[in-house]
Amino acid sequence: MKIHIRNGRIIDAKQGIDAIQDIFIAKGKIVAIGRAPDDFQASRVIDADSLIVCPGLVDLSVRLREPGFEYKATLESEMNAVVAGGVTSIACPPDTDPPLDEPGLVEMLKHRAKNLNLAHVYPIGALTQGLKGERLTEMAELNDAGCVVFGQPDGLLPNLRVLIQAMRYASTFDFSVWLRPQEISLTSDGVAHDGEVATRLGLPVVPVCAETVALSSIILLAKETGVKVHICRISSAEGLAMIRAAKQQGLAITCDVTINHLHLSDMDIGFFDSNCHLMPPLRSSSDRNALRKSFADGIIDAICSDHTPVDEDAKLLPFGQSEAGATGVELLLPLTLKWGMEMQLPLLKVLAKITSSPAEILGIDAGHLSIGSAADMCIFDPDYYWKVTSSSILSQGKNTPFLGMELPGKVKYTLVNGHVVYEH
Amino acid sequence: MINRNPQLDENGILQHLLTTEGLPASILLHILDTAESFVGVTERDVKKIPLLRGKSIFNLFFEPSTRTRTTFEIAAKRLSADVINLNIAVSAQSKGETLLDTVDNLSAMNADMFVVRHSQSGAAHLIANHVRSDVHVINAGDGSHAHPTQALLDMFTIRHYKKDFRNLSVAIIGDILHSRVARSQIHALTTLGVPEVRVIAPKTLLPKMVERLGVHVYHDMSKGLKNIDVLMMLRLQNERMQGANLPSAEEYFKYYGLTSEKLSLARRNAIVMHPGPMNRGVEIDSAVADGKQSVILPQVTFGIAVRMAVMSILAGNQA
Repeated sequence: MKIHIRNGRIIDAKQGIDAIQDIFIAKGKIVAIGRAPDDFQASRVIDADSLIVCPGLVDLSVRLREPGFEYKATLESEMNAVVAGGVTSIACPPDTDPPLDEPGLVEMLKHRAKNLNLAHVYPIGALTQGLKGERLTEMAELNDAGCVVFGQPDGLLPNLRVLIQAMRYASTFDFSVWLRPQEISLTSDGVAHDGEVATRLGLPVVPVCAETVALSSIILLAKETGVKVHICRISSAEGLAMIRAAKQQGLAITCDVTINHLHLSDMDIGFFDSNCHLMPPLRSSSDRNALRKSFADGIIDAICSDHTPVDEDAKLLPFGQSEAGATGVELLLPLTLKWGMEMQLPLLKVLAKITSSPAEILGIDAGHLSIGSAADMCIFDPDYYWKVTSSSILSQGKNTPFLGMELPGKVKYTLVNGHVVYEH
Repeated sequence: MINRNPQLDENGILQHLLTTEGLPASILLHILDTAESFVGVTERDVKKIPLLRGKSIFNLFFEPSTRTRTTFEIAAKRLSADVINLNIAVSAQSKGETLLDTVDNLSAMNADMFVVRHSQSGAAHLIANHVRSDVHVINAGDGSHAHPTQALLDMFTIRHYKKDFRNLSVAIIGDILHSRVARSQIHALTTLGVPEVRVIAPKTLLPKMVERLGVHVYHDMSKGLKNIDVLMMLRLQNERMQGANLPSAEEYFKYYGLTSEKLSLARRNAIVMHPGPMNRGVEIDSAVADGKQSVILPQVTFGIAVRMAVMSILAGNQA
């Protein structure tokens, strides 16, 4: 299959390209940009006039809900949602049932995903057996099976002795460790940010110090062990300041934020809207504003969707009993574009946060459009606004705080290894 | 999803009573005035009027309660409604039925009104958003969020003894953090124009940024009770001793329990209120609870008239 993508505005943050040019694809790879190679006979021409052509997006947190939670979503439903979002590589948290702590499970997931022939799936291996925080997993074996990084699920950090050993062991093999900072003894049954909204609504709280206390342990242990750490889902201005300081000290530390935390605050909970029940909780508007601004100085490395499809029944409960999480992989591009427009940032910089930068964090060769690289691409119309409804999103999870909103950016084509896996 | 005030319809008419927050003073006063007209009924020999004849009111209690459920039941019966009491804590939900399934089943039995108590904040909102538009929901307490009829009967009591809200200093004392009563009282007091509302508690029993609700925060009874006209005591749950909120009931009583000595720091004619049930010797001394400044029992009596008023207004029957 030879594809000629004509007249698109190519934006490749890694190579610093922002120009209207043609791209030529053969045998799944990009073979030329600008002028066609000699005797190139395209079997398909895609007209990308007034569209943007960028590397396929890389999402650092997508829950496929398999194995174990197929009633919430299936691999097939979610992989279709992934490519509809222009996403071509995803990292999947290990909190499945059973958790991704054995090579066999990881191989099965990779194999099932490969058969669907949609996006590339990168399972995050469990850092501890059964995610219980007691014994280390066979990280090297898991790596052979396809786990590129290792983590614990939300808010379940092992005790410090186990954590430091896990970090040492991971750094032996140069694996990076992904952790969401949350000190569980400070959260108990908390569901909302410790602020005016929770005070009014009488909701149990997750204070900012639950994030900062855990973060300080993680940073100090990372310093001690020299392991590469990635901080998942930072939510507070104070947490951000700690990461800034750690980076200034030269630590190998990166972090991401979700599209939800970039746009929303605890005020959006309104009258107990369970679609805004997220973990970490939506924080104050000043926290959100700090997150939005800090991209400019590069403290936050990537934006992720934290895609978490939840079945409808699990949201039709009182706020505190409803399940946390929101669907989001199809909103990653629109909400990132919206943030970029509101902050008046150049598209090159904006798209870096969902292409080249997360690819680097995940340690994969993706997120760029170099000649000779795999033709993983997203072609989208930046000026097309569409309304988020339960029928306009393909994910089996329909729960998102953005339901009913009009968002910019419609994916027209998604290519993986030179195949068109989605078109609209 | 739910961004309109779900208690009011497009014309600002009360559809549900879920919280005192966001209700205009005119609606609060209308409820109090309507209750005033029912006080006479409760004192008559024949204590029944036919305002809600033929209506079915379901008392949906997911959390144990004796006093509140009983006063709602009496109020409904005095308005000639049919009352069905459901103690869900020991029935459907323990069999795995969800909250909204329970509500749907009862709606199918033609319920006109639900009186709901639930351990989770927001449960009454969830139900109000789910039921048909001709069904009304009264929140009889949801988690730590709201208990609007309790706050309204407290306002009724204050008005009965103090006449005018606009020159009062009121102190709410005790476990503000976990108290739905306190939150509803604060919103009602500030809406009705009380110029000085204080909360008095140790820091472990106060929610963050509580001053944003329009109150002044005190940790010391001797300072907080100065010039106070109305003392609103809160119940201290025994389980608070376990959750590292407080060291002991004895120490709490010594520093925050209301004794005659501490009461003497307030204005001479101050009244003492309590939503019940009381823990004597923990938050309040018997001498005060049974003393001449206590209006705790009148509160209970007024509670029936206030709940009659809320039910009749929601049903569209003005007295």
